[in-house]
Amino acid sequence: MNTATPALADAGFAPLLRERARRDAVRAATAIAGLAGAVLLTADVAGFEPGRLVAGLPRLGEFLVLMVPELALRSIVEDVGHWYWNIGHWLMLLLDTVLMAGLATALGTIGGALLSFSASRNLTRGPVVYWIVRRVLEFARAVPDLVFAIIFVFSFGLGPLAGVLAIAVHTLGAQGKLFAEANENVDMGPLFGVRACGGDRREEILWAVVPQVLPNWVSFTFWRFEINLRSATIIGFVGAGGIGVELYDALRLNYYDDTGAILLLVALCVFVIDDASERLRLRIAGGARQ
Amino acid sequence: MTSRAELERLLADGTGNPWPMRIVWLALAGVLAYAAVALGLLGPQFVNGLPKLAGAIGMMFPPRGIEHMPEFLWALAETIAMGLLGTVLGAVVAFPLSLLCASTTLPIRGLQFGFRRFADSLRSLDHLIWAIVFVRAVGLGPLAGVLAIAIVDVGNLSKLYSEAIDNAAKGPPEGVRAAGGQGAETFRWGILPQVLPNIASTTLYMWESNTRSATILGIVGAGGIGYQLSDRLRVYEWGQASLIILLILVAVYAIDLISGRLRRMLIEGR
Repeated sequence: MNTATPALADAGFAPLLRERARRDAVRAATAIAGLAGAVLLTADVAGFEPGRLVAGLPRLGEFLVLMVPELALRSIVEDVGHWYWNIGHWLMLLLDTVLMAGLATALGTIGGALLSFSASRNLTRGPVVYWIVRRVLEFARAVPDLVFAIIFVFSFGLGPLAGVLAIAVHTLGAQGKLFAEANENVDMGPLFGVRACGGDRREEILWAVVPQVLPNWVSFTFWRFEINLRSATIIGFVGAGGIGVELYDALRLNYYDDTGAILLLVALCVFVIDDASERLRLRIAGGARQ
Repeated sequence: MTSRAELERLLADGTGNPWPMRIVWLALAGVLAYAAVALGLLGPQFVNGLPKLAGAIGMMFPPRGIEHMPEFLWALAETIAMGLLGTVLGAVVAFPLSLLCASTTLPIRGLQFGFRRFADSLRSLDHLIWAIVFVRAVGLGPLAGVLAIAIVDVGNLSKLYSEAIDNAAKGPPEGVRAAGGQGAETFRWGILPQVLPNIASTTLYMWESNTRSATILGIVGAGGIGYQLSDRLRVYEWGQASLIILLILVAVYAIDLISGRLRRMLIEGR
């Protein structure tokens, strides 16, 4: 580099280059110092003591060992059968969990899609509607679904209904925002075309916007389903249905074998559905703009 | 000129047979309808709960419990600390692991596949489940939360990092090799400069997401504001609960703002 630009260096670029290198170094040093400071400060706040960590690791090992019963190779079928003594009940709860995630994704996505047009700067009816819908979506997204679940369990009673509604509300916020961002990036040409043909707002959206954003929407929806499936496995911790109820009981009552069996089942289920969903997502929306 | 018959054939090709797609949609609608009935959405449980929900929301206004503010703010600081520390810890472990998960940096297919599956398995369990496990190991408090966030992050980030590495352009590393660079040098000068902005931006996104997750880990005793919130909700202190929810909204919003600004600086500044 230096050998190639002697003329430039003569013309006074060398000090500029040096200045730039110095500025970059200062910025990098500031960033590293800032991050280090933040990490040290938060480590203090969070009580992050390496001693406790080291002391805890053996207990973690113990816990993991307790969760798997003795399995002898000679009687592996009976042993696993014994471990999964309640498999029928657990599979039903797991099915409930998947259905909860699916229904909540569907409800939240439909609601989010309908609200997303009013939350897009280029399609909204007016600044007041835009502002209100944006705040509603932000609220629905920022409050964790578990918090909604506690409130809904109070209102609708124990069971999966509270879980479905809680995940659906959170999904509505997340999808509404993502969909609105996709809507804001559409090519406005087709929209003006529909308008020139005498179409109203509903027709403009249906014929000019939706066909453009649909691949992105589909991709976001699969992705959200994967997230919601994880949420559905734990929403039962507060009594809102699904396998989480059973898991929480097993943990609380120190049924180590059951805990291990359910955890393995949940991980396997999420793993398989995640993989299938990701494949489908890439196949259907592989060409979608990211 | 295309003949009319050919045009019709082309059009029919473009749209294809509509029935397979229709059957998929019908099946999906059927499953969802079954779920709506089985889970109690279409039924008296939903309708009967609505007045109670309205009552609960009504009791949340106005927010109360300003006298507990120092306690709430400390818990909020713990939550923010858990989010940041968990993300940093996760990223530090995820980066080397991502090199083993990317086919560019680990061309041995079987091994790379194994590492990727390992990362996937860390992601399969929710933060809250890991939090319970870590509470058993290191006791109640934010340390368990930090570890829970970090371990899920190792899975998430090593997947995302390795995808970034595999999507990097192949030209620059080839150029480094042509100039006599080997192994680590190819990565350092050919790939790392390409993926670093992507990795930084991904990590910042994960930080935002982790701050949200950290707000609820306290429900199982893993520290932070979630403990206060679930405690107040359990005893129906609706006013204090709504104050805590407000605090969470402010904190999440602030972190999003900071992260967004840092991301813009990274993308535009360099």
